[in-house]
Amino acid sequence: MRTAALLLVLTAALIAIALVAAGIGPYAISPLDVLRTVLRGLSGQRDGGAADTVLFNIRLPRIVAAATVGAALAAAGAAYQNLFRNPLVSPDILGVSTGAGLGAVVGILFGLPVVMIQLMGFAGGLATVSVVVMLSRMLRGNSDVLVLVLAGIVVGALAGAAISLVKVLADPYDQLPAITFWLLGSLAGVKAADIAATLPVVIIGLAPLVLLRWRIGLLSLGDDEARALGVNVVRLRNTIIVAATLITASVVAISGVIGWVGLMVPHMARLLVGPRFDRLLPTSVLLGASFMIAVDTVARSAARIEIPLGVLTALIGGPLFVWLLAHHRRKLLP
Amino acid sequence: MAALMRLLRVWRSRPVQPARTAAIAVLCGLLLVGSALARTVTDSAGRTVEVPDRITRVFAAGPPASVLLYVLAPQDMIGWVRAPREAEKPFLLPSVRSLPELGRLTGRGDTLNLERLMAEKPDVLIDFGTINETYRSLADRVQSQTGIPYLLIDGRFENTPAALRLLADILHVTERGEALAKAAETIFADVDRVLAQVPQDRRPRVYLARGPEGLESGSRGSINTEIIERAGAVNVVEGLRRKGGIVTASPEQVIAWAPDTIITLDRGFRDAVAQKTEWAPVPAVRNKRVFLAPGLPYGFIDAPPSLNRLIGLSWLLHTFYPDKAAGRLRDDVRSFYRLFYQVDLDDAGLDQVLGPSGG
Repeated sequence: MRTAALLLVLTAALIAIALVAAGIGPYAISPLDVLRTVLRGLSGQRDGGAADTVLFNIRLPRIVAAATVGAALAAAGAAYQNLFRNPLVSPDILGVSTGAGLGAVVGILFGLPVVMIQLMGFAGGLATVSVVVMLSRMLRGNSDVLVLVLAGIVVGALAGAAISLVKVLADPYDQLPAITFWLLGSLAGVKAADIAATLPVVIIGLAPLVLLRWRIGLLSLGDDEARALGVNVVRLRNTIIVAATLITASVVAISGVIGWVGLMVPHMARLLVGPRFDRLLPTSVLLGASFMIAVDTVARSAARIEIPLGVLTALIGGPLFVWLLAHHRRKLLP
Repeated sequence: MAALMRLLRVWRSRPVQPARTAAIAVLCGLLLVGSALARTVTDSAGRTVEVPDRITRVFAAGPPASVLLYVLAPQDMIGWVRAPREAEKPFLLPSVRSLPELGRLTGRGDTLNLERLMAEKPDVLIDFGTINETYRSLADRVQSQTGIPYLLIDGRFENTPAALRLLADILHVTERGEALAKAAETIFADVDRVLAQVPQDRRPRVYLARGPEGLESGSRGSINTEIIERAGAVNVVEGLRRKGGIVTASPEQVIAWAPDTIITLDRGFRDAVAQKTEWAPVPAVRNKRVFLAPGLPYGFIDAPPSLNRLIGLSWLLHTFYPDKAAGRLRDDVRSFYRLFYQVDLDDAGLDQVLGPSGG
């Protein structure tokens, strides 16, 4: 009951943050005009003026995108931390972000259109994790989480090296800045169509995590205990990996690489509701969405130019994480 | 030198021996001959560098230097930092089209192996661009490592005529250098003449759209937008520091800046921008003032930031102030390509550079 009340509060906070964010931006629109335009737009009347375009084509899609990205990364992070029984795990533990980065920068190198760059990012993320899973299966059957992590580190490093190679080959005046900005993450160019393509994939990935939340929670007891309680550990683990990879790869494809969110938000959630996965998942999703909207609002309005999201999440996330570790160490262990 | 003096002193303290004297004479003679084959030049960084008297093989360390070297002395080029693409080749002399791509030598992102460079036996290396301690020490290091003289030439846009004269002097193509420097000065003078007639409040407010989404730009003072500002326009992108750089913007920010003119380097963006709803409120898009900067063989705006920007300046002048700029743009482009790139453009070639409606 206490959890339900908390989730309600968090949902209200998310809506409040989204509303405030809708009123902030480099194109000045007064809060009253924002409200009026949004209400008019929702009732189907759009006047196509500048304020209308800014809100419906730029700002609101961006807020929705930020919420999606934050929720997705936090959910994937929570699932992985539970799966690996390790609080230092983030969604890119199996190399999904690096792989997505590689796909995207290759797309930039060949001068492909934006949609193709996003698709290549998505495909690169999926391909990298597939290679990691196959590699670990070849090495040690299907039983050992440690081999999986090591394979992830190796393949991630290889993808990182390939990214560096692409940077060296890229045109320093044109492509290199684009690659750098992509790898730092940004929602500056996000469109409603991007969300329409991403959101279904995120929901498809989230569904198994939500449906299997009880069984996933059992994994934190250890493989043998979970097995004794009747869980098919290997199949469950593969399901989590597929789901989390889908979620992460689809959002990284539109936002670029954004670190820290998937690592830190589950910790904040754990502080609120404790380590039980069935409570942790919805809390992480709501917190992640709010956090990302807040950070992205800073990114697009604090300076005269866009601040890369990856820079901001690290600047905010790093110190916050240290504070959490210093004050709440006991509660953080999953 | 001190060592030589000491040696002489030692010799002098001994009884004079005819054989020794002869040996010294021969040695001095050799030194004299040696110095006749070399000379010292001072580069833009104030470094005095000894270069061979006859220079026939030159390597340019970065793309801007490649353009400088190509317009002055294409016969001395031994390779490219980045080989010309197929589309660019018709606008370059046949003799340089198939020169090898050797890689770049500027800063940390080097792709050129020093041994490979030495195997090409260049007489001098030149770099054209920012002069600061980093590049100065890089030049010193490469020079002491390879023994090949390395010259730094100031790449600031305003310095273009001086840079042309300096390198022309070193390469013994003084006459060509003077002609090119004069042409550059004429272009600058033309800009100043037009700008004197246009009051501040009539100058365009410009956004430079880079990348397929048009969301990369250069902030005020950046090398990427230098010539837009030189052409009297106001760059709407205020940077965070005086010396700008490449930045990303959001469509919302562009709407807030409200530029009345957009210059883009990306054909895809130019073609698509009219259909993008989020760009619709931008005055430049509404009034159809989105211009694609030509890019053959080199960019008119910033890629690379070198002499190619001179003709970009003429192009901007015709684009911003069509009723004030003298002469026809097509004639300007044709004569610039003949003088600087040494290629003759027919009408089809001109269309390819400027676009069918250009000029």
